[in-house]
Amino acid sequence: MSDYILDKDTKIDVAEILKDLEHYHPRRRGWTWREPVPGLQMGPFTYEDASKPLKDSVGLPPAHYFGDIDPQPIPVITTEIASGRFEDDIRRMRMAAHHGADHIMVIRTAGQSHFDGLIEGTPQGIGGVPVTRKQVRAQRKALDMIEDEVGRPINYHSYVSGVAGPDIAVMFAEEGVNGAHQDPQYNVIYRNINMVRSFVDACESKKVMAWADMAQIDGAHNANATARDAWKVMPELMVQHGINALISAKVGMKKKNICLSTVPPTATPGPCIHIDLPYAVALRDLFHEYRMRAQMNTKYIEASTREATVTHVLNMVISKLTSADIQSTITPDEGRNVPWHIYNIEACDTAKQALIGMDGLMEMVELKKDGYLREKARELKERAVLFLENMIELGGYFNSVEEGFFVDSGMFPERNGDGISRKIDGGIGVGTVIKRAKDYCAPVTAHYGYNNVAQYDPSAADDPAKLIGGCTFECPEKIQYIDELDETDNVYLRMDEVKDYAGPDAKLIKPEMEWLADGTMMLTMFFPTDVRHAEAAALEIGKRMNLTDCEVINREIMHRAEGTRIEMKGKVGFSIRMDELQLPSVPDVLSDDELWDAIDKKPMRIVAGTIGDDEHSVGLREILNIKHGGIEKYGIECIYLGTSVPPEKLVQAAIETNADAMLASCIISHDDIHYKNIAKVDRIAREMGVRDKLMFVAGGTQVTDEGAREAGADVGFGRGSHGNHVATFLVKERARREQQNAR
Amino acid sequence: MKRNDDFETRREHLKDLSDAELETRFWSLIEELINPLLKLGYENTTPAIERSVLLRMGFSSLEAKALVEGCLEHNLMEHGAGNVVYRLSRKDGTDVRTAGLKLIEKQAWDEAETLFGGEKA
Repeated sequence: MSDYILDKDTKIDVAEILKDLEHYHPRRRGWTWREPVPGLQMGPFTYEDASKPLKDSVGLPPAHYFGDIDPQPIPVITTEIASGRFEDDIRRMRMAAHHGADHIMVIRTAGQSHFDGLIEGTPQGIGGVPVTRKQVRAQRKALDMIEDEVGRPINYHSYVSGVAGPDIAVMFAEEGVNGAHQDPQYNVIYRNINMVRSFVDACESKKVMAWADMAQIDGAHNANATARDAWKVMPELMVQHGINALISAKVGMKKKNICLSTVPPTATPGPCIHIDLPYAVALRDLFHEYRMRAQMNTKYIEASTREATVTHVLNMVISKLTSADIQSTITPDEGRNVPWHIYNIEACDTAKQALIGMDGLMEMVELKKDGYLREKARELKERAVLFLENMIELGGYFNSVEEGFFVDSGMFPERNGDGISRKIDGGIGVGTVIKRAKDYCAPVTAHYGYNNVAQYDPSAADDPAKLIGGCTFECPEKIQYIDELDETDNVYLRMDEVKDYAGPDAKLIKPEMEWLADGTMMLTMFFPTDVRHAEAAALEIGKRMNLTDCEVINREIMHRAEGTRIEMKGKVGFSIRMDELQLPSVPDVLSDDELWDAIDKKPMRIVAGTIGDDEHSVGLREILNIKHGGIEKYGIECIYLGTSVPPEKLVQAAIETNADAMLASCIISHDDIHYKNIAKVDRIAREMGVRDKLMFVAGGTQVTDEGAREAGADVGFGRGSHGNHVATFLVKERARREQQNAR
Repeated sequence: MKRNDDFETRREHLKDLSDAELETRFWSLIEELINPLLKLGYENTTPAIERSVLLRMGFSSLEAKALVEGCLEHNLMEHGAGNVVYRLSRKDGTDVRTAGLKLIEKQAWDEAETLFGGEKA
């Protein structure tokens, strides 16, 4: 086995992940929920609804104000990562895990649900990834390493649906997949797979998933996304959830692993919470034994990522006011393209931020026990019961589907006759269901239904795999691993094409949104004109910038005539050599806590002024003033002498106030007057015999550290310097001098 | 089907139920709907189920597919594809993998048919 491990400051090496895959077996199976930590203390705060913190993560942008904390909410957070190239998705998974995702969902390539068997190898996908044993194993292996890095188990997830559901369920159980979508109704309604086949297969798939302790997510949310008016299918959604949930429980799945995929059906500018909240309440009333996977609304998503983000935050208000065991996230660019890296991360941050921001909300707020909310919830439940009664009157599930009962745009009992209808003797896989004979036997673990094992060995009746000395579930070494089947479409060929950009030792770099070295970038522009002209202007600009494949991906009207906001994507045709990049030196900065501590232990006083005939005051004030994050903030006492301070006055003031340091700002640089004035301060201090005990800091927009030191200062601070840089110098220099004197 | 919203008249028999009674009714109706579906699952099999059995018995997806196609062709599916392989392995005194590969590679389907009471072609 490879001894490859991740280093926190180094890129993951996908080539290493792919090594020795044939011998890799997952180290655990089953779903993991987060560990709540009531009353968690982090930084200056106490949290009511947070879970065990991570070992390593990237916090929200303002985290540095609060000691770089990164509190994690209680719901598992999902992100869907499936760009078509699983090797590139591995890097995205690592980024997402560090932003708080612990449920990574892989969307399958278009058409996989109609593929009768397992796909093998690593072909490239369209709109998703061909889910294969090799791809699953590689990603599970990478996630095993990533979860060690962040210090929290990561649930890996894909789909057990289509005509190869049981095959996939078995492969997932063998490969340590932790969760899956499984809902025969999805096959029937959206994939036109034969109804009988779908339900018979589902029993087996669910039995296998139950053995593997996988969490199951149903497919009901698709009705929201498909129905003309998403909020009118609410009664039907409860029926769909109920059918899948109870079948799963009866097959043997634990109720705590059965998750309802529920979406707040409406979006703004509709009064969405007013419509969505009663539904959320009704659902949680009826399904209190089951878990909620709160998905975000995609039905009404447009190209504005801001708009999508607000909708998703509103969705999470519903999650918070009711409950969510899994909080799914939709990337805000879903309305534009196959999601990009940055938007997966944005979506994870949005969920973390919203849920942590609402921490403890339900301690202060409760939903009303009567009135509109409860009446509406009751009405929805009654409508669902009436839906079920009507199905039974029609002769059951199959007849109701034939009648086009599902995804009708009328709020039940209203019917508009536009539902999706499927025939019991139609669809893909029709006629493939075969009645089991009396001697039917399947000598394996987790097989559903009639199984005449006793004909061979009565003692194996409860353990059919005993007949063959254990199946792959007991003996993973029996799993047959297939590496690649297609010499022209596989991960090695794709990786070879971009090898100069790959891994920790990449020689070249390009901007990237989706795939390594895709060269894709996005430009945001405002044009003071109408949409049509703005769009044409943007494309013209892309052309003149030598970008290729330019496409306007978002346009928003600021005013019909006054202006348009445009977002455009395009590709750059060149690469940058990593070894030719000029990196500015990293400023030496102590943390705020270290600075406070140093000044608290030993106070410091400084005098400061703009020296010479120079009336500029802004720069120095920013360095001093507490309001601008200046050195006062750390408790350094600042005596500000003003502008146009003669050099001798600065030195005298330092002596009179018994200061530790002089800060001289010099902005005017004509004829090197700034350095001449710095030299003057140094000379006067020497003449007065105080230069040794006074630190001397010079600064200004045209000042360089080198030039200031040459002129006689101890340090120089130029453009872009901040209070913490100056304070760091003062604290360190004082310590250095003390040490020197002590010798 | 087209129908106006007749909720108010349709709900007459539900309106006096308590929330708990309504919930019980919901779940008993669901159960009534799904019991026949579970029975179908109990009594039937499909090519995908049989492939999934063969995967668990230690065959690759390609081998499983070939075995299931062979069973379909020779009308052996009702016994279970895994059962076909297993019975052959018992007869030959080999492990199941050897028996399965024999079926695929040597096309030993006649032998399998005999094991389930079929006539030799």
